[in-house]
Amino acid sequence: MSRAASLPVIYSAQSVIGMSDFSEELKGPVTDDEQVETSVLSGAGMHFPWLQTYIETVAIGGKRKKDFAQTTSACLSFIQEALLKHQWQQAAEYMHSYFQTLEDSDSYKRQAAPEIIWKLGSEILFYHPKSNVETFNTFADRMKNIGIMNYLKISLQHALYLLHHGMLEDAKRKLSEAETWRHGEKTSSREILINLIQAYKGLLQYYTWSKKKRELSKLDKDDYAYSAVAQDVFNHSWKTSVNISALIKIPGVWDPFVKSYVEMLEFYGDRDGAQEVLTNYAYDEKFPSNPNAHIYLYNFLKRQKAPRSKLISVLKILYQIVPSHKLMLEFHTLLRKSEKEEHHKLGLEVLFGVLDFAGCTKNITAWKYLAKYVKKTLMGNHLVWVQEEWKSRKNWWPSFHFSYFWAKSDWKEDTALACEKAFVAGLLLGKESSWRSKNRPQTIMADSFFLAWMAICMYSLGTGDRLEIPLACLEMLRTSKLDGGWAPVPLE
Amino acid sequence: SVLEEFQMEEFKERCTQCEAVSWGLTDEGKYYCTSCHNVTERSKEVINSDIIPNAQIKALNRGLKRKNNSEKGWDWYVCEGFQHILYQQAEALKNLGVGPELKNDVLHNFWKRYLQKSKQAYCKNPVYTTGRKPTVLEDNLSHSDWASEPELPSDVNSPFLESGMESQSDVHTRKSLRISKALQSETSVCSGSLDGVEYSQRKEKGLVKMTVPQTLAFCYLSLLWQREAITLSDLLRFVEEDHIPYINAFQHFPEQMKLYGRDRGIFGTESWPNYDDIYKKTIEVATFLDLPRFPDITEDCYLHPNILCMKYLMEVNLPDEMHSLTCHVVKMTGMGEADFLTFDPIAKVAKTVKYDVQAVAVIVVVLKLLFLLDDNLEWSLSNLAEKHNEKNKKDKPWFNFRKWYQIMKKAFDEKKQNWEEARAKYLWKSEKPLYYSYVDKPVAYKKREMVVNLQKQFSTLVDSTPTAGKKSPSSFQFNWTEEDTERTCFHGHSLQGVLKEKGQSLLTKNSLYWLSTQKFCRCYCTHVTTYEESNYSLSYQFILNLFSFLLRIKASLLHEEVSLVEKELFKKKYSVTKKKSKSKKRRR
Repeated sequence: MSRAASLPVIYSAQSVIGMSDFSEELKGPVTDDEQVETSVLSGAGMHFPWLQTYIETVAIGGKRKKDFAQTTSACLSFIQEALLKHQWQQAAEYMHSYFQTLEDSDSYKRQAAPEIIWKLGSEILFYHPKSNVETFNTFADRMKNIGIMNYLKISLQHALYLLHHGMLEDAKRKLSEAETWRHGEKTSSREILINLIQAYKGLLQYYTWSKKKRELSKLDKDDYAYSAVAQDVFNHSWKTSVNISALIKIPGVWDPFVKSYVEMLEFYGDRDGAQEVLTNYAYDEKFPSNPNAHIYLYNFLKRQKAPRSKLISVLKILYQIVPSHKLMLEFHTLLRKSEKEEHHKLGLEVLFGVLDFAGCTKNITAWKYLAKYVKKTLMGNHLVWVQEEWKSRKNWWPSFHFSYFWAKSDWKEDTALACEKAFVAGLLLGKESSWRSKNRPQTIMADSFFLAWMAICMYSLGTGDRLEIPLACLEMLRTSKLDGGWAPVPLE
Repeated sequence: SVLEEFQMEEFKERCTQCEAVSWGLTDEGKYYCTSCHNVTERSKEVINSDIIPNAQIKALNRGLKRKNNSEKGWDWYVCEGFQHILYQQAEALKNLGVGPELKNDVLHNFWKRYLQKSKQAYCKNPVYTTGRKPTVLEDNLSHSDWASEPELPSDVNSPFLESGMESQSDVHTRKSLRISKALQSETSVCSGSLDGVEYSQRKEKGLVKMTVPQTLAFCYLSLLWQREAITLSDLLRFVEEDHIPYINAFQHFPEQMKLYGRDRGIFGTESWPNYDDIYKKTIEVATFLDLPRFPDITEDCYLHPNILCMKYLMEVNLPDEMHSLTCHVVKMTGMGEADFLTFDPIAKVAKTVKYDVQAVAVIVVVLKLLFLLDDNLEWSLSNLAEKHNEKNKKDKPWFNFRKWYQIMKKAFDEKKQNWEEARAKYLWKSEKPLYYSYVDKPVAYKKREMVVNLQKQFSTLVDSTPTAGKKSPSSFQFNWTEEDTERTCFHGHSLQGVLKEKGQSLLTKNSLYWLSTQKFCRCYCTHVTTYEESNYSLSYQFILNLFSFLLRIKASLLHEEVSLVEKELFKKKYSVTKKKSKSKKRRR
């Protein structure tokens, strides 16, 4: 009897398969649709809404989309527009209607809905004037349980939101909750998320640790509290390292994690460990190219007083990734001090490279270095090096750096910079023949100074101070540049 | 053990988190989902069958059984569901001011006739009792020789769907439909209704199966029979504005009428009705019911083009004087004749006039006659009118097309924007979620609950002023009054600027005309013309868009109707100069 009673249930479970063919039918073409859509989207990184709708109608054989699908997609565009215009109120209004996509009869869309809703909803709640932490918490907790597939992501973002609002303890609790959450079999993407969650937890622990460390540094070693605090510091470090180390082994960009992890390792004297982490982070080919990885390694090696050749090799890679980085001037200094001739040549390249970037045009140190180094190179009979660098730049540097406009504004804003530039301009724009007089360095000097002076004279044209400025320049050239005591002969 | 197996079999609900049906037992004896590890509140009450007495098992059993019974609800048929929807719609129409006869006589009779024609009731061999003794009541259903009578037979004494539960399904229907329990238990598995599965599989030649859009065809047929002052586009607009139950109409079914499985496909709707679709269905239903010629549409009927033209001229703020011109066109084309206007389903080719679309098309034709709408003449005529109006401020102003365009464009854009926003905010889902089977039920309800909770949460973020509530139903969408200074009312403006006297008659100053369609298909295909927007003048596009928005139809449908009116109006030109196709001269 009891078995018979349970029969219809079993039967219905089977018939679900038969019955759901309607939804399966729907599902099939829709997934195809999505693929077409994504290819349209990803193609050239451009988005053509009209093309997309066109494709949609083609894919469903010109049949009209259901009004439900039409209105909800219109609703989505309204939300996006409102978000773009920071109209949180309107966005919330439309969001109210958009929730129904969770009940979409199209299973593909229904499954995609939670993530979209979470993204839009959290954005609205982040900015909406009537929203607060409580509202956000409720929303996040609800969304976590709707799209279990997004549980971890939402948890993490929830924790970040709490962090943003300074609620460290709550954030930590959320992360711990997420960490212990179980769902089905582990997938690789989920594993990374769990690692990330743990690493964030580690980062929070690092924060506490570094606070404690600061406390410790204030305390006297004989203080009765010292040992307790020290113990505390140690405990934290241990937990953190466990939490973070798993993540940073996975290829990715983990700057804050690496940084804090290394700081802790260094603090406890594990220099080899720290170096290993940093070297791995910078050199492992599986990791995406990341300038910061090299910067961290360089700074670490510098702290460890590593040999110059090692520092140069690290910065060489950074030079290839970011030739305009401010460390390049340090790189130049290192190269200049090196014994190898190829390093000297590279030193010149680096300086030119830095000044190729618009953001560095007013860097007086760079100009000072260049002025000095070009002079040095010429005097060291490496005319070819300069020529090599200048060849690719002579078409655009004059208008890029040495234009009349720059002359005027530099002179007004920073006379020292103007002088350095003028000097370089003189050397580079001057007659190439003057570079060739290898045996007469004095002539070169005289020549270039003359040209520099001429350049400054030309600079000052139009500023109104016709007489004063050339004289000032002359004075500056005399005092600052003339280490050899060479005095140019001014024109009458 | 057997017992344990039984227990596991019992808990077949879907997991509320991942929708899987795969349960394991925790150490505490609670069910957990093996795929997502979600632990439920439900616990297996029998842990060890050797020790625990049978009492507990029985209790569990009883509980389930009771639940099953209450969840199952009443036995009901699909046609009863539609009957219920029709009942609601008829009620709504009554509330809109339609005469009570529509509900009590006309619609009721149409519906009965449908049940009879589709062999669901009122016949000797109802489809549900195949192979069984016919249980139909023969006494009440008399002759069915309607074709000979213009009046609908009112042979059934009981007024249609009076009140209370008994009326939810007609007594006769109910009696004739009862079938044995054995058949029920098999079919009820996949649908809440008794015949949901059977119904969705029914495919007979010539059978018009009931669908939700079809209910509107029934409504419209009844309105047409009664010659009520509601056009098809009005009806559909009222549906869209929620004045007439349509989307989720099933949620007002009695609590005990459970819907799921196949019922979802039958009663669930995720689209608003479409004009063309309902229009076709109307003809289909009328033909299927074998209805006699409808009462004549005469000049005093709302659906007569002269009256509708007046109505739409007012709606779009055009001068009253244009009415005499529209009447003239109606007369010339013969579109005002009762024979042309009256719906006759048993005629050779059953077709009914799209009264509203046709009236609007006449107005478009008149506008073309007056202003040519070639993006040129209308503006130069506007310049004339403007100059005249400036000089003669005291006189009745000449109608200025440009000014009208500016005002209408603004009003139209606003209206359309509001309409689009309202549509985007439309809530489609019913309070009663539809699910495929009992296994899905908890998931569906949980989803619903979550959506409601989320909506509640976000409604606190919205300004306290609700969005103007439900609009009261009106056959007018625009309102133009003389008092409104912001929006000029053109009703009283004169057409003097565009007409000239010649002898006793008035001629249009404009002597040119262009045809919306140059060639009609020779075959009898339905597609008369294709409307490629960019081929037409901007003024024409604007006017088509304006009117098609008012009627909630596609601009191409109106364009087609304009072409049809022109075909009638310029019959001779079409036959004489069929080959010449560009713009044609015309004299009145």
